[in-house]
Amino acid sequence: MSGWLSAEEVDVLLLSLRVALASIAVLAIPGIAMGWLLARRDFFGKSLVDALVHLPLVLPPVVIGYLLLTVFGRRGLVGARLEEWFGLGIAFTWKGAALAAAVMAFPLMVRAVRLAIELTDREIEDAARTLGAGPLRVLLTVTLPLAAPGVLAGMVLAFARSLGEFGATFMLAGNIEGETRTMPVAIYSYIQQHDGDAPLHRLVLISIAVSVVALMGSEWLSRRLARRLAA
Amino acid sequence: MAIDLDVDVTRGAFALRIATRLAEPSTGITGPSGSGKTTLLHLIAGLVRPTRGRIAIDGDVLDDTARRIHVPPHRRRIGLVFQHGRLLPHLTVEEPARYGERLLAAGARRIAFRDVVDLLDIAPLVARRIAGLSGGERQRVALGRALLASPRLLLLDEPLASLDQRLKEQVLPGLERVFRELRMPFLYVSHDVAETRALTGDVVAIEHGAMVARSDAPPAPSAG
Repeated sequence: MSGWLSAEEVDVLLLSLRVALASIAVLAIPGIAMGWLLARRDFFGKSLVDALVHLPLVLPPVVIGYLLLTVFGRRGLVGARLEEWFGLGIAFTWKGAALAAAVMAFPLMVRAVRLAIELTDREIEDAARTLGAGPLRVLLTVTLPLAAPGVLAGMVLAFARSLGEFGATFMLAGNIEGETRTMPVAIYSYIQQHDGDAPLHRLVLISIAVSVVALMGSEWLSRRLARRLAA
Repeated sequence: MAIDLDVDVTRGAFALRIATRLAEPSTGITGPSGSGKTTLLHLIAGLVRPTRGRIAIDGDVLDDTARRIHVPPHRRRIGLVFQHGRLLPHLTVEEPARYGERLLAAGARRIAFRDVVDLLDIAPLVARRIAGLSGGERQRVALGRALLASPRLLLLDEPLASLDQRLKEQVLPGLERVFRELRMPFLYVSHDVAETRALTGDVVAIEHGAMVARSDAPPAPSAG
């Protein structure tokens, strides 16, 4: 691969994969929890929570990035504390890029999990409850295994979304080579250079290839899981 | 076993109101579809909360809206067998069959896996996958699974309704043998009055969410 791509482009690709994987790691559990909450529980303020979850889908990504910067920036409410207590910098680091990607991909994950859980058979959960399983055990042994194809599809979608995140990432993490210059940010940089056409085209092709492989892989895995679940 | 019921449930246009005591070790509940039979079982299992009222088994209060008591289903030790088994489809028979058994406290296990397998004649099924079982086989596994959780009361919601006559004849003797040998109190819901009377000592008929007849007076066939 390095014969075809320059060392710089390989770095961009690896950094993008690292950021996207970190994004999935950050949003997986909150995404599953929120999807379950919206699918299976009624509570006060549910429609407000639902609206807030979907905000990243409708707001301009730069606005989300700006809001994240005000909260997680060096002088932000949370960012200042993280820096002070744990020496953890978020803004203008690859962790910030992962956080921005996670926030932007969160609604996609929640929607997929919610739909998958809504489609699972409640009577199987009820059967487990009458057999002595408490709420957490029902979730872990019945609901999630049955919803696994949908949960997995949501994670792949979130991964692909994270790979492509630009606006919020640019605001919170900037464009620092080797730290926050992910594929979309690199593509944006190359387009502004006179001699950037060749690396630009290679990165565009890689973006398309990675996304297509991720989507096909998730489709294949989902179908396999669904077959295993077919009664 | 005495089940004291004095409950109201309202769900949209449907209302169920039952106030009675079920004292026989086995009671049948019959009625047309939509009469509230399943809702009644779900109330006793704790899957549905009463809008108002009280449910107690042998003095143990499971629901009391006045005192804000609602014991969740997993703490009631009341088994429920559904019309269509409702087994986890991605496992072999033994795993879901022992699902409830594994959740029991050590001293609470009253029924051994081997005994259930023998009683229900499911030994050849144990290593097979749920997805490959027939309807009758699934119902026997579902019954075994409920029994293995050693419930104090077993609720059966039309367990034979999805089976044809030949399969019914295959499952029914197993049912009778199980209840006789394990002395398991049960409520049996079915729209088949004859089948219910053959299995149980007391029959309650409900219609439109209310008790309309008891034991020796089978319900008159309704026009609708």
